[in-house]
Amino acid sequence: MNTLPLTIAIRHLLARRRQSIVSLLGIVLGVGFFLSISSLMQGSEDDFIARLIDNSPHITVVDQYRAPHRQPASDIFRTGAVQVLRVKPETETRGILNYVRALAYIRTLPGVTSSPVLDGQALISFAGQDKAITLSGMIPTEINAVSTIGKYMIAGRILDLAANPNGIIIGDQLANDLSLQMGENLNISATTGQTRTFKIVGLFHTGRVNIDDGQAFVSLKRVQALLNRPNRVNNIIIKLADPNAAQTLAAQIESRIGYKSISWQEASQDIMSLLVIRKILMYAVVSAVLVVAAFGIYNVISTIVMEKQRDIAILKSMGFRASDVLRVFLTQGVLLGIAGCAVGLPFGCALMIGIMRVSFKMPGSRDLTYMPVSWNWIQFAMAAAFAMVAATLAAIIPARKAAQVDPVDILRGGI
Amino acid sequence: MEPVIRAVGASRVLEGEVPVTLVLEATLAVAPGEFVAITGPSGSGKSSLLYLLGLLDRPTSGSIVLEGVNTSELDEDALAEARLSHLGFVFQSNFLLPEFTAIENVMLPMQRLDRLSDAEIRERAETLLNSLGLAAQRDKRPNQMSGGQCQRVAVARALANDPAIILADEPTGNLDTASSATVQSILRELAHKHGRAVIVITHDRDFAQTADRKIVVVDGRIQSDVEKP
Repeated sequence: MNTLPLTIAIRHLLARRRQSIVSLLGIVLGVGFFLSISSLMQGSEDDFIARLIDNSPHITVVDQYRAPHRQPASDIFRTGAVQVLRVKPETETRGILNYVRALAYIRTLPGVTSSPVLDGQALISFAGQDKAITLSGMIPTEINAVSTIGKYMIAGRILDLAANPNGIIIGDQLANDLSLQMGENLNISATTGQTRTFKIVGLFHTGRVNIDDGQAFVSLKRVQALLNRPNRVNNIIIKLADPNAAQTLAAQIESRIGYKSISWQEASQDIMSLLVIRKILMYAVVSAVLVVAAFGIYNVISTIVMEKQRDIAILKSMGFRASDVLRVFLTQGVLLGIAGCAVGLPFGCALMIGIMRVSFKMPGSRDLTYMPVSWNWIQFAMAAAFAMVAATLAAIIPARKAAQVDPVDILRGGI
Repeated sequence: MEPVIRAVGASRVLEGEVPVTLVLEATLAVAPGEFVAITGPSGSGKSSLLYLLGLLDRPTSGSIVLEGVNTSELDEDALAEARLSHLGFVFQSNFLLPEFTAIENVMLPMQRLDRLSDAEIRERAETLLNSLGLAAQRDKRPNQMSGGQCQRVAVARALANDPAIILADEPTGNLDTASSATVQSILRELAHKHGRAVIVITHDRDFAQTADRKIVVVDGRIQSDVEKP
C-alpha cells in the first residue's frame, strides 16, 4: 500500500502544529466527556436495573389469567352475533390451584429458584389504632433464595419465623407508628373476620416507605389459615440464574400452567421505556460535544486546503490523481480522530475514576453513595467510533474540495 | 525521428457569455532530443499551449497525441498516470512542497509511481541531486535554499520518473543571471545529451536563440515555428 498520502498528511498537520493541537484538543475533550458521561449514565442505568432485578422477582406467577375466560355461548356461536353482557364470575376461593404441581414443574426448569407466597390484606389493631397492611405468607426456609427481604433485616432473622410459627416480621416504620418493639404481640384481623395474635420476631428497613410502613411477613400456613385459603397461594416468586431469560421463561411457564406469569421486564415496562428515552437524550447531548469538535477539524483542514492550493496543483501536475489528493486530506481527519481517541480515551478514564470517587450521603441514608460508572467496553467503542466518524465526516468536505482543484487555475494564477 | 508528442489542431476555448480563445488550432510535433522554445507576448497563449501539451488541460477541439496515444480518449486518472510516467514539469515558481526536504521533494513522483523500492528511490533521488550539484542541499527544506537551488531541485523532481518530455514554463523567470545560466544549461543537456524532448516557454531572447526550434505564439495561434539553422 502506498503510504505517500499518509506521509503528506502528517507533514501538513505538523506544519500547522498549533491549529492541529487545538482541533485535537477538541476531539480529546469530546471523547473524554462522551466516555465519562455515557459511562456514568450507563452505570446508573445498570445500577438501577441491577437493583430492580435484585429487589423484585424475576418472574411472578399470579392467580390471574392474561385474557378473561371466553363464554361458552361465544364459542358455540362463533359466526353468530352473540354478545354476553353482565357476566358475573363464579364465587371461588382465589389462588393458584394445584400450586404444588405448578411449583414442581417450575423447579424442573434449569437455573430456577422458586417459592410460593400468599398475599392478603389485613388490619392491625393496636392501642386503639387500626392499620391496613399487606400480609405476606411465605416459607421462611425458602424466601431468602427468591427475595432480598433478608438483606434488610435490622432485628431478628427470617428463619425466626420457622422457629416461632406465630411470629411476624414488620417494617421499622410500622413499628414506630404503633410504638411496637421486638417481642411484643399484636392482633391482626383478616377480611374473613378471623383474628390472630402474632409476636414480633423481626424488623426490617428497606428504605421504601410503603413497604416499611405497610407490609408484614408471617409463615405461609398462618396466612392460609387467617385468610381461610387452605392449600392456596396467589403468587409464585421465581428467581433466575440469568435474569435476562425472564421473558422467555415467563412465556414458557404461562403456556404450561395457564396462570399469568409476569417477567421483571414486563412488570417494569414503563421504566424500561423511560431508560431508552433517557439513553437517546444522553447520546444526543454527548454527541453534540463531538460535533462541535468536528467543526474544529473541519476548520483546520479547510484552512490547510486553502493554503495548499499550489501544492495540490503541483501534486496533480506531477501525476497525483484526484483520489490521491482526497486521500491526503481525508487522512488528516482520520489522523486527528485516531490521535483524539488515543489521548481522549485515557482522559475519559481519568474522568471516570474521578467520578467514581465522588461520594455523598442521600437524605435519610446512613451509607455513603458513590457515583456508578460502567466500564463496559461498548462505551469505549462508541466514544471512539463517534470520534472517528465525526473526524472523518469533518474532513470529507474540504478533502473533496481539494480533490476538485483544477491545477491549471492555480498555475495560471501563480505564474 | 518519430515525435514523442504532437498537437493536432488543438484549440482551447473558455466557454462563457463571451468565449475566450486561449489556443487556436495549434499543430506541432516534438521529437526526442529536441530543445524547443516557445515565445510570444504576455497573454498570447503560450502557457495554455503548454498546459495542453502537459495534459493538465483538455483541448476543446483537436487533440494531443502522446507517444502515439490520442489522449482525448483518456479519463482523468489515465491522464494523471500519463503525466506521472511521461512528463516532467518545471515552473517559474519552483512549487516545491515546503514541508519536505530537497531529496523528499525529488522522491515524491517516484513514491507515487511506486515502481522502485524505498532504497532505490532514495538512491535515484540522490543521484539526480548530485548530478545537478545539489549534494549539499539534500536535506534542506525549500526555505533554506536559494531560488536557483530550488529551481534545480524542481528540475531533479521533474526528472525523477525518467520522463520522455520536459515541459518548462519560464523556468528562469525568477532567477539571477548565474542561476538562470545554470538552469538553461541543464535543460539543454537534458535534450542534447539525454535525448529528452524539452519544451520551454521563455521571454528570454538569448535563451530562446539557443533552442533547436523557436515557436512564436501570438493571440493563441502559432505564428511561426522555425528550426535553428
